[in-house]
Amino acid sequence: MGDVSAPSPVEVEPTLDPDVLDQVVVRPATPWVTIVWNDPVNLMSYVTYVFQHHFGYSKKKAEKLMMEVHEEGRSVVSTGSREEMERDVQAMHEYGLWATMQREDQP
Amino acid sequence: MSAFQRHRRSGHVIATFTGFEADLLRSLASQLVELLHSEAAVPEDRDPFEALMDFTGPTTEPEDPVLARLFPTAYPDDEEAAGEFRRFTEGALRDGKARAAATIIDTLEEAGLPDELREDGLTIDVEMDADTAHAWMRSFTDIRLALATRLGVEDGDEDYWYALPEDDPRAQAHDIYDWVGYLQETLVGALSR
Repeated sequence: MGDVSAPSPVEVEPTLDPDVLDQVVVRPATPWVTIVWNDPVNLMSYVTYVFQHHFGYSKKKAEKLMMEVHEEGRSVVSTGSREEMERDVQAMHEYGLWATMQREDQP
Repeated sequence: MSAFQRHRRSGHVIATFTGFEADLLRSLASQLVELLHSEAAVPEDRDPFEALMDFTGPTTEPEDPVLARLFPTAYPDDEEAAGEFRRFTEGALRDGKARAAATIIDTLEEAGLPDELREDGLTIDVEMDADTAHAWMRSFTDIRLALATRLGVEDGDEDYWYALPEDDPRAQAHDIYDWVGYLQETLVGALSR
């Protein structure tokens, strides 16, 4: 903004000190993750179907996550706020998948 | 052998069962409904006043291993958060699973499965919309989880089960577990189309 114009008396902009603003803005908290664990029962086709159906993932992405669960024993299937992850975990339990949640930076 | 298929024109999912198969599925679904209602969702061995004042839901893992598998602990490292999650979700999850199992029973009975199976050669044709088929699919998972937990099924243990003598009740139960797995596989296939 190059031109300095006279401020209109009715549109007073609050003065925002960048330093103060920096402290006021809430920094996003560490996201949470939903983890699905391998179990000897659930069919690979079913797990893929659930990931597609619940998360709306493509078949390719759903299959990749399913293979991770199958081969590595677990896979992070979604990331978001704590409330969102609680909804995802509950949905996974509805489908009979073994799901847990934790903070993303937790080992 | 019965398997699920998607009817091309109506989009409905169809399957044909023998009376024996339909009766077996009804029995498995009924047992699941019973199990879901058997163990008090709120533990009884606690302070009576505290128990009276808390009518929301359970906070500790169910004692029965099948129920513990159906309702896993959401926060493995945070007992308090896990208890809160359980309090607010387990009741609804139990109801949902019981409803899905009841859907199997209702579908079979509406398709002509009598209260008590007497005649031989009975055939039960089921036809269901996507929502009903979805409930069947989820309930098959719960039934398989229940059978597998009772049997102690583990990854890669197929040879163990097939080596059991035919008259071993565990071999028979495992055959039923496999059969429900086969049904579920074809149902997932039908719903994916």
